[in-house]
Amino acid sequence: MTTGDAKKGMYIIVVGGGKVGFHLAKELVEANHEVLVIEEDPVRSKEIADELGDIVLTGDGCEATVLEKAGMSRADMLLAVTGDDATNLVACQVAKQRFNVARTVARINDPKNEQVFRKLEVDITVSATSAIMAHIEQELPTHHLSVLVKLRGSGLELVEVRIPDDSRVVNQPVRTILLPYQSMVVLVVGEDGLPKVPSGETVIHAGDEVVAVTLHESEEQLRDALLAPAPARSF
Amino acid sequence: MKIVVMGCGRVGAALAADLSSEGNEVLVLDVDPSAFRFLPDDFRGTTFVGNGIDLDVLEKIHVRTADAFVSTTRGDNRNVMAAQIAKHVFGVKVVATRVFDPLREEMYRNMGLRTINPTRVQAKRLKRVIQAESDEAANELAAEFLRQEAL
Repeated sequence: MTTGDAKKGMYIIVVGGGKVGFHLAKELVEANHEVLVIEEDPVRSKEIADELGDIVLTGDGCEATVLEKAGMSRADMLLAVTGDDATNLVACQVAKQRFNVARTVARINDPKNEQVFRKLEVDITVSATSAIMAHIEQELPTHHLSVLVKLRGSGLELVEVRIPDDSRVVNQPVRTILLPYQSMVVLVVGEDGLPKVPSGETVIHAGDEVVAVTLHESEEQLRDALLAPAPARSF
Repeated sequence: MKIVVMGCGRVGAALAADLSSEGNEVLVLDVDPSAFRFLPDDFRGTTFVGNGIDLDVLEKIHVRTADAFVSTTRGDNRNVMAAQIAKHVFGVKVVATRVFDPLREEMYRNMGLRTINPTRVQAKRLKRVIQAESDEAANELAAEFLRQEAL
């Protein structure tokens, strides 16, 4: 159980004391969270302890007995950030199944595993490859839809799209856009760079940046709704 | 039946050979091509070099058309991850895996995988062998264990 003291922060267990785990632990400690790093290699454990103090447990973070010793049942969150996806998955599953931890976060090394982990009920997945790809896509002046953030649990995500000149929604009010299920336009940024929360009557212009909420499965339909060219006019 | 065996160690190879000799269509998967040496010369199944937790590999061997998937690598985590991918991503009906850690074995069994855990049984048997009155009695016990396994 967490104490009533809000400043105390959370109790966070980090599985894996590599570069990612080490720097995460360091930042979390600085942010006043209580942190424990579980690292298998005793040499590495000592290095971390020398730098960060007595916040390291040497052991296998997939073993229930080790997690027990780490005080998993009172932890608010488990971050599994080793370089091995199978280890990260199992650490999250043991934490959830045996210790009922509220939130599990896994680092993903092979980006293909994102869908696997989501299916197997890891709460949050973080893939450096996907993050960098999203960044690159955002930079490109193409007509792509880029995912800004995935919302936890619901399968919803926040996406951004720039409206091309030939889109069917150009000069149309928001209410006429045929959005897919559970999708919503939440922000329109016009040429002036000012963000507007749109009403049904807000008219979309070419070059506008549109931020929308959508289901991951509906991405394709949303792309079509916002980006597909207007049908050729018949004479 | 079409069966995929992940991990061609002694157990995986023996299992694959047994299933294949009974007329099943067997594919054995291992990251290390030299592991296939454990298979008998007359093995009629297929061998495939690749990692059973890699979605591309599982796609390539058409795991979704398999009737059963068994993971027998040395790594518990790899075994349960591959088994769960086979079951929940590719919809393979029968999925079994070996898990050395008794606690993880119990957990994944409760989560719907078919699991076996050799650890406790082997520890018990080794204990009985060292506690046997004589070498002869120990050998007799070992033979008895083999007979039990043949069942």
